[in-house]
Amino acid sequence: MTTEATAAVKLTRKDFVTDQDVRWCPGCGDYAILSQVQRVLPELGVPREKIVFISGIGCSSRFPYYINTYGFHTIHGRAPTLASGLKISRPDLCVWIATGDGDGLSIGGNHLIHILRRNLNVQILLFNNRIYGLTKGQYSPTSEEGKITKSTPYGSPDHPFNPIGIALGAGATFVARSIDVENQHMPGVLLRAAQHKGASFVEVFQNCNIFNDGAFDYTTDKENKLDRQLRLENGKPMVFGKNNDKGIRMNSQMQAEVIEFKDGLSEKDCLIHDETNPAIAYMLSQMVAPKFPTPMGVFFAIQKTTYEEVATEQINTAKKTRPLTIEQLLKSGDVWTVK
Amino acid sequence: MTKGEIHRMTTAGTSTSGRTRTVTPKHDVVIRFAGDSGDGMQLTGAQFTAEAAIAGNDIATFPDYPAEIRAPAGTIHGVSGYQLNFSDHEVFTAGDEPSVLVVMNPAALKANIKDLAQNGILIVDTDSFTEQNLKKVKYEANPLEDGSLDKYQLFKIDITKLTTAALNDMGLSTKEATRCKNFFCLGLVSWLFHRPTEITIQHIEKKFKNKPGLAEANRRAFMAGYNYADTTELFAESYEVKSAPITAGTYRNITGNAATALGFVAAAQRAGRPLFLGSYPITPASDVLHELSKYKALDVVTYQAEDEIAGIGSAIGAAFGGAIGITTTSGPGLDLKAEALGLAAKVELPLVVADIQRAGPSTGLPTKTEQSDLLLAMFGRHGESPLPVIAAASPADCFMCAYTAVRIAVKYMTPVILLTDGYIANGSEPWKLPEVDQLPDITVKFATDAATYKPYSRDEKTLARPWAIPGTPGLEHRLGGLEGQNGSGNISSDPDNHELMTKLRAEKVQRIAQEIPPMRVMGPKSGDAIVVGWGSTFGPIHAAVKQLQKEGRSVAHSHISYINPLPSDLGDLLKNYKKVIIPEMNMGQLRMLIRANFLVDAIGINKMKGKPFTISELVTKISAIMDGRKLEAVQ
Repeated sequence: MTTEATAAVKLTRKDFVTDQDVRWCPGCGDYAILSQVQRVLPELGVPREKIVFISGIGCSSRFPYYINTYGFHTIHGRAPTLASGLKISRPDLCVWIATGDGDGLSIGGNHLIHILRRNLNVQILLFNNRIYGLTKGQYSPTSEEGKITKSTPYGSPDHPFNPIGIALGAGATFVARSIDVENQHMPGVLLRAAQHKGASFVEVFQNCNIFNDGAFDYTTDKENKLDRQLRLENGKPMVFGKNNDKGIRMNSQMQAEVIEFKDGLSEKDCLIHDETNPAIAYMLSQMVAPKFPTPMGVFFAIQKTTYEEVATEQINTAKKTRPLTIEQLLKSGDVWTVK
Repeated sequence: MTKGEIHRMTTAGTSTSGRTRTVTPKHDVVIRFAGDSGDGMQLTGAQFTAEAAIAGNDIATFPDYPAEIRAPAGTIHGVSGYQLNFSDHEVFTAGDEPSVLVVMNPAALKANIKDLAQNGILIVDTDSFTEQNLKKVKYEANPLEDGSLDKYQLFKIDITKLTTAALNDMGLSTKEATRCKNFFCLGLVSWLFHRPTEITIQHIEKKFKNKPGLAEANRRAFMAGYNYADTTELFAESYEVKSAPITAGTYRNITGNAATALGFVAAAQRAGRPLFLGSYPITPASDVLHELSKYKALDVVTYQAEDEIAGIGSAIGAAFGGAIGITTTSGPGLDLKAEALGLAAKVELPLVVADIQRAGPSTGLPTKTEQSDLLLAMFGRHGESPLPVIAAASPADCFMCAYTAVRIAVKYMTPVILLTDGYIANGSEPWKLPEVDQLPDITVKFATDAATYKPYSRDEKTLARPWAIPGTPGLEHRLGGLEGQNGSGNISSDPDNHELMTKLRAEKVQRIAQEIPPMRVMGPKSGDAIVVGWGSTFGPIHAAVKQLQKEGRSVAHSHISYINPLPSDLGDLLKNYKKVIIPEMNMGQLRMLIRANFLVDAIGINKMKGKPFTISELVTKISAIMDGRKLEAVQ
């Protein structure tokens, strides 16, 4: 997000609230995400009219209706396609995509990987509740194996997707994760995503209290969450635990392992997080509970040219080096005159 | 000055050597070049077309190439052809049957000989008639020797050997030298039809300006062919087709796909908005993408999307941002775009979808033409989702149709479907260049007034809603596929509002009828029959009806460019004739619409061969219908 900060008047969270009734189920994790986004937007210094939220179909995709900016609630899975066309032709806009695990990883999986590969300067928030909510409870591409749902009464035979791994594999330049209930953590991640120049991918664990309640309880459980989450900080050793007494190190097989700080082991033995190192990012993406703490924060952040930068540059160069008028264009080629 | 005078000026001072043989004047000639897809026959045809155009003939061309890029050499499915009709009068098609056929191998002979007119000129490269090549296409005896070609004027020339001999001191490999044989052929036929050599030589120099070796080789091959015809007295006579009376103006030869691209650029320029094309490669539409990708200096962005859906999605996104959003495709791609088209119709954003039709269903005959997407364009979306549909009649007509599609999309805030097809997309004809400032006005006016703005307020005349683009302070609003309240656009599931919106969307499209000029009729204002066509069948229908009129039949021709909405005077027009005949390259899709709309018992002439109608087959079938004979009897 590099849109010039030109807001003359400092906006507040209230400026981003619409007059529409929010229609998510009471207790849905989406409320928390909406609230965090509305809290972060004034921080960007971007005027409201320059911000656009684009979504597909699903519970998460109702998002644009509740944010008082420009918005477009499109069709299932296709939000990245509309966002691409808009951002390429209007690089001055600050474009956000709200999607879910079904919308973004199932029906729209193709578009998600391509927008990441092209590195358009947009923010993608993928609300992962590991279930289809709007269609009332079928398993999703992130549902765990054997999941019993309305469409899989005998358990799902599917292996689930790992959203962070997909984003990394697609060549994303910014990959992060947060949780709906962590209102101290999410704003920082959102701000980083918005400030990143290029496609930012943020997976947000989101609880669907109707069809998949408690999907992330293990990770968010108040008592134990410090033992079960690894808060990533760039340049810092990977340390976690209630008493900061555990960490992650690379073993001799180049695999991550959890160590406890005893028998001479300390944070000095831990891996130092480097957001520009794709090997570390991939390793982190494969760390799954309960064997590992679930990594939270920025996995990966690098700089690459954005698609719209290059496209705009090509147009500007063509205008300078090979200027053309429509009259000249029509008359180009082998032309003859009859009098 | 006439085109003929230019011709004479160009040839003045040119030695056409000691031609003493008979020069026979001809009104028109249909010539077809055919060979392996790697033989360069498309290039030969295109260059010979340029010679004819510059000589002032009226022209129409039809390239015909296989679905495979380089099918195994010497096989029937690897044969590529290019047909040109050039004449001293107005022509409407690339011609029914060639009177001259140039074939580079047995496969090309086998695939094309049935089309050659009796006593037609057949020029053959004998070097390729090897036992192996004959076997590949199952010729048991060499047709050049067994008398089976006696009804044609057969010219057997060892083209490959003569070409390589002409280039033998240039240090080229055999392969490189052999490749120049298409220019040898061009030399032969240039002599046969009295073409000046300079134009082609200039073209060769321009085309190969960075490869002087190749330029020299092709120039030599070309001249070798020309001189061979001249000095060996190969042909007993040569032919001259004089220039045609053509309206004054500046012309260029143009294919339908190029004209479509230029129409879009011209429209975006007149609208003063950038053009955004989101497209996924598909035959035969990709040339529009290729063409537009060259015009960055005119604010044209081309985005090669990851699939057809992303092609249209990106175009809708760009339109939301205020660009002229366009997506180009062919039938299979239009299938995939259906859901997004419904969204564009619901959110009422301007958009043009060009469908360059090809023969289906499924992958079908991807390089062959058909008009079988009409009902898909009309109805291929869920829910009530009417859209305007415009169809181009000829290669040059693609320009104005593309321009009009953008103009209507912007004026009525609606997606528009533009239909062309493989025949006119790849075919070419002379196009009289328009004056840009005389093209119909396209005005884009974005909403800016926050005090009065409502996303779904409507223009009284067009019912268009305002176009408010991101970046405009105070006009922040949310669009979406969910039904919205008329006026505010807020989500609404109110039954009365949904019915109102359904009717408003339909009425808006119907109002486009006010843009349609009165139907033009070629022929009597009432009579025995009217032949009605749409799209690329214009040329053969027009020529066939003209011929029938010459024969004294009471028959008229009228052409429909706007298929949704249909012209408001069409129904009354049809009532003036005893019979309504509708030729189509499909099973009768327009006929179904005409019957449904006007309760007229229209009769179809339907062809599903992946090939355009010939004039003669239409003459025969229209006559049969007018005489009350059954069509099966003439098929």
